[in-house]
Amino acid sequence: MGNAELNAIAKDNQTALKDSKSIKKILLGTLKGNMRQYTMILALLVIWAFFTIVTDGIFISSRNLSNLFLQCAATAIAACGMVLVMVAGHIDLSVGSFVGLTGAVAAQLMVKGGFGTIETIAITLAIGLLLGLFQGFWISYGKVPAFIVTLAGFLAFRGGVIAITGGNSIAPMNDSFKIIGQGYLPKINANLPFNDTSALVGVAFIICYLVFELVKRHSRIKYGFEVLPVPLLIAKMVLFSTIIALGIGIMASYMGIPYAILLLIAIIVIFTVIAEKTTFGRHVYAIGGNKEAARLSGININRVNLGIFVLMGLLSTIAGIVYTARLNAATGSAGTNMEMDAIASAVIGGTSTLGGAGTIAGCIIGALVMGSLDNGMSLMNADVAAQYVVKGLILLLAVWFDIKFSKRA
Amino acid sequence: MSEYILEMKNITKEFPGVKALDNVTFNVKKGEIHALCGENGAGKSTLMKVLSGVYPAGTYTGEIILKGSTQSYSGIKDSEKAGVAIIYQELALVKQMSVCENIFLGNEKVKKSGLIDWDKSYAETQKVLKEVRLNINPNTKVVNLGIGQQQLVEIAKAIAKKAEVLILDEPSAALTESETENLLQILKELKAKGVTCIYISHKLNEVFEIADNITILRDGKTIGTEPACEMTENKVISKMVGRELTQRFPRKEHTPGEVVLEIKNWNVQNPDLPELKVIHNANFAVRKGEILGIAGLMGAGRTELVMSIFGAYGANVSGEIYLEGKKVSIKNPKQAIASGISYVSEDRKRYGLVLGMDIKNNVTLSSLESISRLSLINGNEAIKATNQYVRDLRVKTPSIEQKVTNLSGGNQQKVVLAKWLMTKPKILIMDEPTRGIDVGAKFEIYNIMNKLIDEGVCIVMISSELPEILGMSDRILVMHEGRLTREFNWEEATQENILTYATGGM
Repeated sequence: MGNAELNAIAKDNQTALKDSKSIKKILLGTLKGNMRQYTMILALLVIWAFFTIVTDGIFISSRNLSNLFLQCAATAIAACGMVLVMVAGHIDLSVGSFVGLTGAVAAQLMVKGGFGTIETIAITLAIGLLLGLFQGFWISYGKVPAFIVTLAGFLAFRGGVIAITGGNSIAPMNDSFKIIGQGYLPKINANLPFNDTSALVGVAFIICYLVFELVKRHSRIKYGFEVLPVPLLIAKMVLFSTIIALGIGIMASYMGIPYAILLLIAIIVIFTVIAEKTTFGRHVYAIGGNKEAARLSGININRVNLGIFVLMGLLSTIAGIVYTARLNAATGSAGTNMEMDAIASAVIGGTSTLGGAGTIAGCIIGALVMGSLDNGMSLMNADVAAQYVVKGLILLLAVWFDIKFSKRA
Repeated sequence: MSEYILEMKNITKEFPGVKALDNVTFNVKKGEIHALCGENGAGKSTLMKVLSGVYPAGTYTGEIILKGSTQSYSGIKDSEKAGVAIIYQELALVKQMSVCENIFLGNEKVKKSGLIDWDKSYAETQKVLKEVRLNINPNTKVVNLGIGQQQLVEIAKAIAKKAEVLILDEPSAALTESETENLLQILKELKAKGVTCIYISHKLNEVFEIADNITILRDGKTIGTEPACEMTENKVISKMVGRELTQRFPRKEHTPGEVVLEIKNWNVQNPDLPELKVIHNANFAVRKGEILGIAGLMGAGRTELVMSIFGAYGANVSGEIYLEGKKVSIKNPKQAIASGISYVSEDRKRYGLVLGMDIKNNVTLSSLESISRLSLINGNEAIKATNQYVRDLRVKTPSIEQKVTNLSGGNQQKVVLAKWLMTKPKILIMDEPTRGIDVGAKFEIYNIMNKLIDEGVCIVMISSELPEILGMSDRILVMHEGRLTREFNWEEATQENILTYATGGM
């Protein structure tokens, strides 16, 4: 190969880079690359605007939005796991029964067994981990499709719930357990019109975000990579800080940040890191994208699949604990249909039903869409029947939109 | 009416950028067995797809005349109605259905009521099975039959459709010797009953056993049709090759060093058909700083040989692998990669790339451990490494965040290559490294291979393109039916003597 030719190509690449440096091009590029997520955010805003108008502003009140976030928490936690499961090309139908069962176990331990909050949570998590391991074993090493294994789990775990609760509800839970699902960060100064601790936490979040953004930039400069031009960087930082401030502000001006939401935020961060930044996460996406290529690339597919279902089991258990704490009781029907909501959240948020694509952030938006529909229609006093029909149609529309859209791309 | 049952006149078929068939003429007499020979990619399968309507009228130019009348098929159904039936290399039977159901699939015997007449179907199935001397119950599920029996069911299906022209595309590729013997016998019997047969095969001994006439294709052109009795295997081979070697290969002087990889007593069974042995007792060695070419025709077992060494071809493998003199055990690709063996597969879209992922994630996929600490990936290292390979291999792309599905074939192949180079292999196995990519990109791949050799990597290259094998290899192994039949130095190898050993001649 001639050196001149090589140089010509290098030059071509360089000019391409220089051209794309212009701010307009960067903006257009991000917009194009994340079109799917932006349309979902737009759809969410449209839904919120609609409900705000038809409920005379009740929907957008900080009290209602705080409740909405809290109602979504358990489903959103489970949906984070569902993203990994679906990205790898599987499905988990057992989530609802799993949530019911681990919730019942926690209630039984606490109410009948007299265990304290810490012990109850520790034992419940251990049991959830084992159940996840059990399902994962059949899927990865037993080669039974996840659809079947988790359908079996859907039935068997529900049987477990009924056996433990005996058809009654087990209640009440300890106060220290209840706050996981119902409690808010306490105020320091009770006279303030807003929750001061929550506000401080919000400020801490913003600082963490800004530091993270600057450290990332510094590292990229050290490696000699392209970085955003300063005006754009500032715009980005202001935009994201405002979003954090708005979200936290809504909660702080009502009762404060619920513990469940803090937990959810931690899970979102951890699972985004797992999905994007760990070898395990990359292997999950590769298996879902092309299983044969993943195998020939030296990926241990069985072990990754096992890991996915162990994580899913852990998240279902955490969702079960939050759910039970919020209701302050375990019942025979707890968690019913939660797997469907989790799947719908993931799919609305852009997770491919064929595997290979999906993000945690997207699924949180999806969970908010589903939760907003529930909440808004309840405020409107809409019939339960209508709620189901609307949710079904929205799911159908979202996926149709996605298929049409991705065909064009 | 002429003496020919089938005349294909001046058939030309183009794919974007390639002329697969160039003014081909192909005439078949009634009741003969007519063999169609040519190298991989000569256009045999394309010609048969034109004949069977897979490529409908209008997508090619030229004329097909069957029994004196011009044909214009818009699909396989039309050609079947006219009496042409094709049996592919990969059998097209529904495995979970019975023999009887398969034979009348899409062509069901229906009663006046609109329901299927199973009694009649069953009786007719028995009749056609007898014609192919297959003594099985028509209700047997196809999945329970051996490959040889399935092949006969396909032929029975063609007979049930009253096919007058039967096309067999590499029918013996997956058959044992006795099954092949049986198949040839049945074809001879069908011929006696007046069925015309077009037989495509790489195995010249079979061709000479049954064919009346032989037509040879080369590079999409008809070279000629001759009666089999006037031909010899050598004549066929020289007509199949017949082209001048042009200087398209940057051959460099290599000085092979010590033995890096040695394979001893290597035997492999097909994981799905344990009775079928795909590799028979292979022994060979690869030296540092050389390109070892493996030549052979389709189905000779070249891919199976290297896949099994890479730990990706089932568990029915026996033999020894020595790496730099030490015996190693490789059970899966992960162990192979850890030992320094990498495998660039023949089908990059199926086995090489995650098409929906971007370049960076594809390139780093097999070496994530080397750029992560406590399994947390250092994203900047990933970008740095990818940029390095994109520059070295000259992948043409606006960004390393481009999804690989949007790249051209040549650039996709470079991404696969980058993925494997990042694992720092000692031995790089390349299976059809330049399949489906344009001439310029090919030349670049060859240059990369030479550079790797200079860096001390050794390369095992499988290729179906003889000029590539001759142009790049330092040593050449020839395979035929799962056996290594000959080793050549590049100076003594010619297209003719490679093909002689690849077709089973001596």
